[in-house]
Amino acid sequence: MKLFNGGPIFFGLIVFLVLASLPFWYNAAFGTSTTRPELELPDKKVHPNCVAATEYMRNSHMELLNEWRDAVVREGERTHVAPDGKKYEMSLTITCLNCHTSKKNFCDRCHDYLGVHPYCWDCHVVPEGD
Amino acid sequence: MTDVDRRNFLKKCALGAALGVAGGTGGAGIIKAAVSDEGRSGGTAAGGKRWAMVIDLKKCRSREGCTDCREACNVTHNVPDFDNPKDEVKWIWKESFEHVFHDETHARLNDHLKHSPVPVLCNHCDNPSCVQVCPTQATWKRKSDGLVMMDWHRCIGCRYCMVACPYGSRSFNWRDPRPHIKKIDPRFPTRKLGVVEKCTFCESRLAKGLKPACVEACKEKAMVFGDLEDTESEVREVLAKNFTIRRRPGLGTQPQVYYIV
Repeated sequence: MKLFNGGPIFFGLIVFLVLASLPFWYNAAFGTSTTRPELELPDKKVHPNCVAATEYMRNSHMELLNEWRDAVVREGERTHVAPDGKKYEMSLTITCLNCHTSKKNFCDRCHDYLGVHPYCWDCHVVPEGD
Repeated sequence: MTDVDRRNFLKKCALGAALGVAGGTGGAGIIKAAVSDEGRSGGTAAGGKRWAMVIDLKKCRSREGCTDCREACNVTHNVPDFDNPKDEVKWIWKESFEHVFHDETHARLNDHLKHSPVPVLCNHCDNPSCVQVCPTQATWKRKSDGLVMMDWHRCIGCRYCMVACPYGSRSFNWRDPRPHIKKIDPRFPTRKLGVVEKCTFCESRLAKGLKPACVEACKEKAMVFGDLEDTESEVREVLAKNFTIRRRPGLGTQPQVYYIV
């Protein structure tokens, strides 16, 4: 088998590979390492427990909030029973923000880091001074 | 492909069409069932409540220029004030008698009645036309107490409900309402651009055992609110003792706000 125009073809392939992998080289040379967002957590002594286990809240708080939304708005069901048996009002602004007092230093830090933009706050009101 | 003759081809077409029609009607049946499940029309569930309101216009008239009910409502629900009738958002407001009771107005109607303002709000109809047209079921009739509910999470702003409502009880947010709310109460959400809103009979206050904000604010006690299913309730008593009318009853929407003229 004879390869015609081998030189330009291989040259072109090398140029393509370099361009395609450029972001990786660029990041290796000049990139800064990203840091985990630091969240402002409520005082454990004052608020020892959340409405659900921390691990669940970390992964699935959005699902819980959707369930709360449907329960309150569609079913008129307003009470959430936590694993420890404690009862909470299903409310983002009243219950969640009671402990996690700062949206800016709690919600936003993770959401900004991950580039997600939930539209909760288009209507629900962030307390003053946050 | 030569073995598919004309006769067989037509047979297959007919079979396909028959299956298509059968599938279509089956699908329509499912949609119909889903719609009726959500409680689009009719009364409330057995053993449930039926919230209703009676407004005594004689008492209301006695305090000229009063806007206590409207102000209390606006503050409670973060209702914006655009200061412009085109963008206005209204939950409860006053309209002239002629406008509210058009069919009952005639040339010889006494002047104080003709020009006296009537408080109007969502009628929480038994057969709400807004609910029937909502494509996302963002507005629906709650079976447990007959309220015509709003789910602002689901509203897509199509405004079919505004066209369907014969009372003009619904408002659209043509502009971002937040900058036009004097003082935002963080306990109640605001709405956003492109969403329809209306009176909810203070559903969140009712859940706490409170009366609607307008009823509480009225110094003349011109508004009576209660459960029509409860024979001992104040609304039942007031309705039994007085002659009451409703807005545009001929339309069959069965409004649940009654007026003592």
